[in-house]
Amino acid sequence: MPSPIISARDLDLTFQTADGPVHALKGVSLDIEKGDFVSFIGPSGCGKTTFLRVMADLEQPTGGSLTVNGVSPAQAREARAYGYVFQAAGLYPWRTIGGNIRLPLEIMGYSKAEQADRVARVLELVELAGFERKFPWQLSGGMQQRASIARALAFDADILLMDEPFGALDEIVRDHLNEQLLSLWARTEKTIGFVTHSIPEAVYLSTKIVVMSPRPGRITDVIESPLPRERPLDIRDSPEFLEIAHRVREGLRAGHMDE
Amino acid sequence: MRSILPVMTVVAAILGFWVMCVVPMNMHLVADQAQRDGLSVAPDTPNARQDFGGVALALKNPHLIPLTYDFVRPRLPSPHQVAGEMYATIFEKKISSKRSLVYHGWVTLAPTLLGFVIGTGLGILLAVGIVYSRVMDRSVMPWAIVSQTIPILALAPMIIVVLGSMGIQGVFPKSIIAAYLSFFPVVVGMVKGLRSPDAMQLDLLRTYNASGSQGFWALRLPASAPYLFASLKIGISASLVGTIVAELPTGARAGFGARMLVGDQYGQPLVSWAALFAAALTAAALVGIFSLIERITLKRMGMATT
Repeated sequence: MPSPIISARDLDLTFQTADGPVHALKGVSLDIEKGDFVSFIGPSGCGKTTFLRVMADLEQPTGGSLTVNGVSPAQAREARAYGYVFQAAGLYPWRTIGGNIRLPLEIMGYSKAEQADRVARVLELVELAGFERKFPWQLSGGMQQRASIARALAFDADILLMDEPFGALDEIVRDHLNEQLLSLWARTEKTIGFVTHSIPEAVYLSTKIVVMSPRPGRITDVIESPLPRERPLDIRDSPEFLEIAHRVREGLRAGHMDE
Repeated sequence: MRSILPVMTVVAAILGFWVMCVVPMNMHLVADQAQRDGLSVAPDTPNARQDFGGVALALKNPHLIPLTYDFVRPRLPSPHQVAGEMYATIFEKKISSKRSLVYHGWVTLAPTLLGFVIGTGLGILLAVGIVYSRVMDRSVMPWAIVSQTIPILALAPMIIVVLGSMGIQGVFPKSIIAAYLSFFPVVVGMVKGLRSPDAMQLDLLRTYNASGSQGFWALRLPASAPYLFASLKIGISASLVGTIVAELPTGARAGFGARMLVGDQYGQPLVSWAALFAAALTAAALVGIFSLIERITLKRMGMATT
């Protein structure tokens, strides 16, 4: 068995606040294998976003160990091992869509020709070909979020970390983007970490669902999905799907019960 | 263009108020002169007239009211007198003439622009320092604020005199005072602008392992553009005020400030008023130019707010 891409052992993170310490993560252990699509689900305050940010070296754990690609998160970040998609698209209004996707490529020092190549390729990947010269305000919210995914894909990191990327979008757009994300995942074979608070979204997308609960933030259940990798939208009406959704819901409820 | 009507309404109201004030303000002077010219005036001695206010005197002598609008040395000139003086000194004098307002305007404008460039440059440098250095944040910002609490009217002559004793004269000393007033809004605006990117945008650059200077050029600087333009508009008008103040107490022989002072000292209110309005129009034009540049730039940057 190959070594996991991301491996957490007894991870702790305690924020010191004016109201005393907040245990955002406590004793979190998890392995993510190459090519996994892992969803983190739980109520707010369960540490799912914090966990993702620790993987991205945007937060520092106060205990335990975490490796990304076999090295520390800081080294992984410096090696540009992952692309990160935030809750808001956060495109620079003064750059075109193409210019926004070029941003990481410019920072990482790709040649002009290489930049143009990659921008065209990832725009194709998120079905935004032809929008390169548009400005962000000319695009809908869903298209902006696709552009931000393209930006995270542009430098071809093996890992994609997504923090509630579709949280602010309406249900119909969300369904569509979920479908696109799955096909993108199938084509690029990336390892994806995906934070959400939508049960159907988590079950539809994931090969592995990590259920978390708050105070202290911890993992209460890890569900290996039996669903095939190829998933049409109507798989959501199948008994298998509903069964997993049920188990996720139970896990979330259990996390709430012992408060 | 929608703002034309409200602006014109305000201008009309101000003009109306001005026109109304001309009569009582000048009434006593006009009555004195009319009596010397042999017209009938009631009451018939200056001392007796002092017991009446301007309005009451006007009501007693309605035949003198038209004269208040064309008095030679009025306390308050009427709008058409100021307009006439401005027309005469702007369009009918050669630009090289010492009586031309265009000549005096340029004498004031040159140090204004130089001071504005110095002030803006200094302001941007200080803002970058404040944003990137905790030490500068703690040390420079309080001094910048204190610097603006010192009355410029007290400081200006000192700077002019000190620089003059060092043999530095002409445009530069006035520019220093203009820069002194214009750097502050630029510092405040740019500090705010450079700090305007939110945590998410900074995190994004961190995930790219971007260097500090990459973050500055790619994110902080462009994000500060709207704040910079707001500051530039305040800065350029502050710069003009600074230059005029620098001309006032220092015996300058040319420039808007000198014209205002000369008008006061030699009893030529029209000269003062014409210079005052010319200065106001210059300031409005400068701010207007920057508004235009702002609109074009922000539109091209996709950051226009309207």
